[in-house]
Amino acid sequence: MSYLLFQVTFGGYLLATIVYVVYFATQNPSVRLAARSLLLGAGLLHTATLVVRYFEAGHTPLTSNHEAVSFFAWSVTWGFLSFRWRYRVKNFGVFVTPLISLLMLIAALSSRNVTELPPALKSDWLPVHASIAIIANGFLALAFCGGVMYLLLEREIKGKRFGIFYSRLPSLESLDALNHHCLAVGFPLLTLGIITGSIWAKQAWGTYWSWDPKETWSLITWFLYAALLHQRLTMGWRRRRAAIMTIVGFAAALFTLWGVSYLLTGVHTYVG
Amino acid sequence: MWADTIQVLGVNHKTAPVAVREKLAVSGDCTLPLLKIRGLPGCLECCLLSTCNRVEAIFVSREPAATARSVRGLLFAGSQLSDEEAQQYSYFYRGQEAIEHLFRVAASLDSMIVGEPQILGQLKQAYREASERQHTGVVLNKLLHKSFSVAKRIRSETNIGGSAVSISYAAVELARKIFGQLDGKQVLLVGAGEMAELAAEHLITQGISQVIVANRTLERAVNLARRFNGSAVGLSELVPQLELVDILISSTGAPDLILKRDDVKPVMRLRKNKPLFLIDIAVPRDLDPELNQIDNVYLYDIDDLKNVVELNKGEREKEAVKAGRIVEEETLKFVQWLEGMEVAPTITALRQKAETIRESELAKTMTLFRDLTPKQEKSLQMMTGAIISKLLHDPILFLKAEVTPEEKQARLDMARSLFGLDRLQAESDPANEHGQAEALKKSAGP
Repeated sequence: MSYLLFQVTFGGYLLATIVYVVYFATQNPSVRLAARSLLLGAGLLHTATLVVRYFEAGHTPLTSNHEAVSFFAWSVTWGFLSFRWRYRVKNFGVFVTPLISLLMLIAALSSRNVTELPPALKSDWLPVHASIAIIANGFLALAFCGGVMYLLLEREIKGKRFGIFYSRLPSLESLDALNHHCLAVGFPLLTLGIITGSIWAKQAWGTYWSWDPKETWSLITWFLYAALLHQRLTMGWRRRRAAIMTIVGFAAALFTLWGVSYLLTGVHTYVG
Repeated sequence: MWADTIQVLGVNHKTAPVAVREKLAVSGDCTLPLLKIRGLPGCLECCLLSTCNRVEAIFVSREPAATARSVRGLLFAGSQLSDEEAQQYSYFYRGQEAIEHLFRVAASLDSMIVGEPQILGQLKQAYREASERQHTGVVLNKLLHKSFSVAKRIRSETNIGGSAVSISYAAVELARKIFGQLDGKQVLLVGAGEMAELAAEHLITQGISQVIVANRTLERAVNLARRFNGSAVGLSELVPQLELVDILISSTGAPDLILKRDDVKPVMRLRKNKPLFLIDIAVPRDLDPELNQIDNVYLYDIDDLKNVVELNKGEREKEAVKAGRIVEEETLKFVQWLEGMEVAPTITALRQKAETIRESELAKTMTLFRDLTPKQEKSLQMMTGAIISKLLHDPILFLKAEVTPEEKQARLDMARSLFGLDRLQAESDPANEHGQAEALKKSAGP
């Protein structure tokens, strides 16, 4: 059941991505409406997929790579939709939806078997820690998209060669504000993710911090974003530099999610 | 055919050089020429549009060729040109062509700068002058109102007026792309010049809160600053001022660069990297080209801005093609409306409307009386038929009466609006759909 739902959701995201690209090319408002509706529909289906998977697995579906990445995509989608509700950024969707589709592709290619939970993971902390950490990643992903948009538009303005982005992207100011907004939500969540993880670690392994690679890398990521926010407030690290830093920070966040699991070993390794 | 009575005769920047246009009788006040045209034999309605790039008379006449000759005579009265020469310099459109031409003028497709917005206001003003003195009637009223709505439709469905086609507008557009909202931003004018002042004026209309003027002679700076309600500083204070302002427009006559990369670099730290938009419209240049390499500094010189303008002009031409299709579509619709203005189609439409109502009401009633005999049913049919034909008898006589063409036109128009004969057409009008699209656009926003 969740398998089928996942396929349909994936198809919905792909379709939304295609329609967003068509909208980007044509700038026809009715196409935009279609793209938004498709994305909203896919987001709702995705929620249903997660709920069904929860009952099928018997535990919060955040333990395998498939589940984590699928939830990651869900966070990006709903982060984006929640943003749209209060805050509008022209043509943001065309940058976000390909990322969602890519995440869904990775999730689709990963093993979808329901894994038996190791005893250490059987805890109420699992849904709290893992979901907060991944939702934080969702907002960091949105900041990443904003950073990419900023750099693309800035390149055209600075180089005085106006291509496809100049007329389609909002002002540099609003892209910079978007970056700041995403981090203002994502960074506290990231902090909370690390804190809850640490408390759980104390309960499960008897120590708050054991310097395993995942912990180390999430701390590195946290410091990158903390530095960015700090510099922004005190030294005026805004705009171009902030955009670059958001992209670097997101790369670190992705490495924490995957690189650590596949390249390095530690206590987190059994978590997909 | 009413369509054939509509005529447009005039000159514009394409057909006549300014030396000819300035000699034309009409400039400024149109009251007298309007009166003269209206007094021509055969002329039923008229309107006169006069701008710096065109003078044209839009009129409805029963004797097109004769009236056109007289109108041309009136327009060229003071020019000492022969009628052949006048014909060479002017254009004359009839019927469908005239309608299409007027729509193109209203939508600014015929303007020197395609898409410039003033022409629509000028046309509205010309119409107001003519209609206040009762020189326009049913046909021109409808035609001009239609031309306004066509222009509006083109403005919202195409990007014809979207991109900046003058240097100062291009500068404003770039500033908006960099800063988003311009409210609360400050601009520093260095040196004075027409173009710099124009750009500053545009920026003020976009919400710039303060203008600071720096000039070699402080007196000139003070005068200019007073005009913009701003403050004046000496040229030596340029670098410290950079800490405060967001946009700098430089147009001094200085032979050398007045601002170098190394002057600005330390300022960016003090500004906490708030972006700085530098516009250099001086020749030779005032600002070091290397300034553009500093993070968050955007430098545009006069050539860069000219390139933006050229690019936008190309964009407008593409949009003009789209707009041309809308004009063609609307012209056909208007011609169809005019055809409806004949007596016979109006009477047919009237009868059809009554018949449709009769049939649908009868059908509703018949469902209540299931056990009617065929005979009873037939008498119901006949009774309703008699009601409508008796009711329509007088209106039809009223329409068929032998009266002057003006009167006939007025009667047709009255009958059509009284019985709502144009309403069905209006409902299937794409203008409604486009209204929705516009509403969507508004709700979307950036």
